[in-house]
Amino acid sequence: MAATAEARGARAESERRRFVTTPAAWLVWGAVGFFLLNVAGVLASVAVNSFATSWFDSWLPQGYTSEWYRAAWDEFALGSVLVVTLEVALAVVVISVVIGVPAAYALARRDFPGKRIVSLAFLLPIMLPPITYGIPLATVLYAFGFAGTLSGVILANLVPAVPFVILVMTPFIEQIDPNIERAARMSGARTWQLFVRVLAPLLVPGILAASILILVRTLAMFELTFLTSGSDSQTLVVALYYSVFAAGIRAGQSVDAMAVIYMLTTLPLLIVALRFVNPTQLVAEVREQPTE
Amino acid sequence: MAAAVDEIKQGDQPPGGQAGRPSLRHRLAERGVDRTLLLLAPALLAIVLLFMYPFVYGFGLSFFPRSGGAFANYAEFFGDPYERDTIFKTLALALPATLFNTLVAVPIAYRMRGRFRGKRTLTTLLTIPVTLGTVLVAQGLLAYLGPRGWVNRTLLGIGLIEEPVQLVQNYWGVFFAIVISDFPFAFLLTLAFVSGIDPTLERAAATLGAGAWQRFRRVTLPLLAPGLGITFCLTFVLAFSVFPSAILVGDPAGSTRVISVAAYRAAFEEYDYSMGSAIAIIMAAVELTVIVIVLAWRSRLYRGTSAGGKG
Repeated sequence: MAATAEARGARAESERRRFVTTPAAWLVWGAVGFFLLNVAGVLASVAVNSFATSWFDSWLPQGYTSEWYRAAWDEFALGSVLVVTLEVALAVVVISVVIGVPAAYALARRDFPGKRIVSLAFLLPIMLPPITYGIPLATVLYAFGFAGTLSGVILANLVPAVPFVILVMTPFIEQIDPNIERAARMSGARTWQLFVRVLAPLLVPGILAASILILVRTLAMFELTFLTSGSDSQTLVVALYYSVFAAGIRAGQSVDAMAVIYMLTTLPLLIVALRFVNPTQLVAEVREQPTE
Repeated sequence: MAAAVDEIKQGDQPPGGQAGRPSLRHRLAERGVDRTLLLLAPALLAIVLLFMYPFVYGFGLSFFPRSGGAFANYAEFFGDPYERDTIFKTLALALPATLFNTLVAVPIAYRMRGRFRGKRTLTTLLTIPVTLGTVLVAQGLLAYLGPRGWVNRTLLGIGLIEEPVQLVQNYWGVFFAIVISDFPFAFLLTLAFVSGIDPTLERAAATLGAGAWQRFRRVTLPLLAPGLGITFCLTFVLAFSVFPSAILVGDPAGSTRVISVAAYRAAFEEYDYSMGSAIAIIMAAVELTVIVIVLAWRSRLYRGTSAGGKG
């Protein structure tokens, strides 16, 4: 957002800290390097195996092939799984933004009796493990005939998504000067004009950031989708989970090929998301520049 | 977060009622109740229908067991050591892993608080595991830490061990899975809280002669502690809900039979929704207890501004 543009500003030159070579610094950077090395190792194990003809007791596989990707695509019906994943993710993003952003606006701009309770109601779904409300929710969805359908999966995924949008957007709306709205009112804007022509353009970066984060979260959300989906409403993570158990019958490499496909759909989204939003700014106002 | 919500600009009431008509609507608007609040309705409705109602329904359902009296499910859960121990097994995984994630995040976030070349790239790299999702991490760990994986191969190669170490299909596999997928989250939150502390405070301390350790211990850490409480809570939620990795890289019949596995098995393998709901409610209660304890401890800390004075 704004701070990132400033980051490249003239001050950056003088503010930039040098890598200090104290033992403590080495220890910290060593820990970061060690962590990243292991993450890379985990990812590379999956990626290399997905191209391996066979890989048993050696550093690297005997030979390489891209055959497993075709196998994974056919065996796990990845085409339709990807379509379902896309449908679920887009529906969750659109619905949670459409109902979450107005709620965030009301929470950011109004102080009303019972506000703490309302805020708590929006906080609880994020503070509780998905399994705890996923099991009763799945039971209710079964009772109403939504279980195993696409709409059931979408409804379940809305539970953490809507509060998340509100959580991200409330501070974002708070930082917009209410005087702008008053000025628009004074100039004769009606409520809908205020929203469409004044607030919406100002909120676009925040909405984009929230949408992409929801998208990534929905793609990675295992528990809720797992509990509510049927055989034709599985998203990619859930299909991946089931395929791990089918690994006895199917080659492990095609499971890994599927994992790589999953990785390739989520990773670019995250990188795009981080271009729009500085994750640290979601929680606190960043103070890097001392006012001098 | 609650603090952010509380920071509401006062006095921007919309034109509720006209000046000559001090109606109920006007008086409500004075207290912040006006049509703007209708914007809350759809989101509130969604949460009530999809979260509160099922939760209450599940709570009620848990008192109608397949057999026995109203508390039969709870009696069965706490009476059977195999079921009861899932609470301790979950806590034995989640508490150390969360503590590890939070404590290790502090020095790293502290070191990265300023501005330097490549910070954005490094942050992105550290965030990658969040998107991978637990299933992929579990799948990768099985190969990477497995008896023929690269880690064991390296350790054998440098002669540190004679036999491959068992790192997956047990407690440690799940522990590593939690660290890999949740550490980035703890780090990002901590970095956010560290970045929210005005650097001039540390400069002032330096001017007064404080060394690097003193500045961290006496200035930054006290200001950071409330944020660490929040980080701990949010990371704990993730670790406590560990589910797919407990099955995939763990030992789901033994040392990593966590409470979510028990709840899932009851509800979807034995089709005893009543028992499944009961375990889910117990799980929520245990988790919220830990969070309330942490937040109670946090409320005793300094809760002022970390922004410093003017300038």
